[in-house]
Amino acid sequence: MKDLTFGTLIAVFEEIFGPWLFWVMAVVALLVGLAFIYVVIRDRGLESRPFLRAELSAPIGAVAAVAFVFFMTKSGLRDMGGPIDVIVMLAIAAAGAVGLTILVYVVQEMFLNKNTGE
Amino acid sequence: MQTNRRQFLGLAASGAALAAAGTGSARAARVPTNARIVILGAGAAGSALANQLNDALDGAKITIVDARKRHLYQPGFTLIGAGLKPAGYSVSTTAEWLPSAAEWIEEAAAEIDPEARTVTTTGGTTIAYDYLMVATGLKLDWDAIEGFSLDLVGKDGVGAVYAGPDYAAKTWQAMDRFTEEGGEGLFFRPATEMKCAGAPLKYTFLTDDYARKKGTRGKTNITYAAHSGSLFGVPIVNEKVRMLYDDRGFETVYNHVMKAIDPGRKTVTFETPEGEAELPYDFTNVIPPMRAPDVIRNSPLPWADRWTDQGWVEVDPHTMRHTRFPEIFAVGDVAGVPKGKTAASVKWQVPVAVDQLVSDIAGRDATETYNGYTSCPLITRVGRAMLIEFDYNNDLVPSFPGIIAPLEELWISWLMKEIALKATYNAMLRGRA
Repeated sequence: MKDLTFGTLIAVFEEIFGPWLFWVMAVVALLVGLAFIYVVIRDRGLESRPFLRAELSAPIGAVAAVAFVFFMTKSGLRDMGGPIDVIVMLAIAAAGAVGLTILVYVVQEMFLNKNTGE
Repeated sequence: MQTNRRQFLGLAASGAALAAAGTGSARAARVPTNARIVILGAGAAGSALANQLNDALDGAKITIVDARKRHLYQPGFTLIGAGLKPAGYSVSTTAEWLPSAAEWIEEAAAEIDPEARTVTTTGGTTIAYDYLMVATGLKLDWDAIEGFSLDLVGKDGVGAVYAGPDYAAKTWQAMDRFTEEGGEGLFFRPATEMKCAGAPLKYTFLTDDYARKKGTRGKTNITYAAHSGSLFGVPIVNEKVRMLYDDRGFETVYNHVMKAIDPGRKTVTFETPEGEAELPYDFTNVIPPMRAPDVIRNSPLPWADRWTDQGWVEVDPHTMRHTRFPEIFAVGDVAGVPKGKTAASVKWQVPVAVDQLVSDIAGRDATETYNGYTSCPLITRVGRAMLIEFDYNNDLVPSFPGIIAPLEELWISWLMKEIALKATYNAMLRGRA
């Protein structure tokens, strides 16, 4: 790779997903992240019970993310060829786990959990 | 609550604005000029050159000469030939990659006169230039193979992945049938310089992989006929491929240069040091000799003492500048440099040629040089590849040393080929990578 700068990386992601889908996904991810920070500030901390409930979805997120990448790239567990492969797969799983946990928590706190006080 | 939400939205908006500002990277000031620059060819090299020159120069008259209306993403042919992508995966239009400020003449070049500094097109238009960028690509010399015609592709076990996306798709049909039934698989490469010397090896690995997955490997014999005494020009990579070929149970013969095919008898004839040799096939991937296009070979541009049967343009291997005509550059497959006719080479060569040209105009010394870098994600089965990168010295030059091992079959290297490569290529065409 020549000059793997942030700009190049953005260009590559735009080409992978198409500019619209990429930026919509990036903005959605940003908004969910900001919404998470917002509810954490609003509630003055994490609500442990809903967060625990949200964490239950983490394994689903992890498996779904890895399965999605395997499906999209016509590959599977048997193709893991070295440590870097396992690290990349775990990173994808971790991203899926954290992403789904945050999403589920935000959905609970913003839309389902009506009894939090002002 | 209301205030909170407003603040929150404000934060979101400013975040988005910051992100948008971040992508508009600071661009070096464009050099003013009224130079006439002619680019022959609108393929990978020609498109990238047009965009980068357009970005770097203000007022230059850029003219692109190419009759081809389709742009082909050639690194995708192997994936099409292996049934992993449809034929359309590699096809786009020439027009969508070219900068709107440049003029595109939809004709091929017919004559180049480097003394008069003019190019004449097949339509009879004569274009004068101050700088000429030769990026015509190369010619697949199918006629050089006795008994072969492109009509054969897809029938009776004849494949030709290099011939284009539709022929690659037909090759997949033939390979799919072959790996259902088993038999003799025969693979080889031409003795000329060629595009992506890893591709013939990849396709052998992929055929083996399908036969294994379908359970027909036991009744399949795979032979690879190398044109020289080695499988790959870079010694350390050659050793690795040799080990993998042994591991996969391929039969390898050396110093076999393909000469003729007999589709009736299903045999291929090779020239060897011991005379002609015939090998049988039930499936084969025909790769023809490759040469510079006729317009280049008939011009004064090629080397006089090297590759005389192939006609590559005589350039300095480190600057891509013609050694006899300093206002001419050659980039991509047509350039007479010792290594790599690949899109990765193009990606490294284009900024060098652009820096040379722009520095000439700006009256400063050029700083960029090309070290022969090229890259080959050598697929060893569906799901794994080796990310091989090397230079003129035959040194391995891994982009991610210590992280992605070049001589290991890895999933991450496959991911790069599958997902990131076309995106990187497209970004390169737009002059963004």
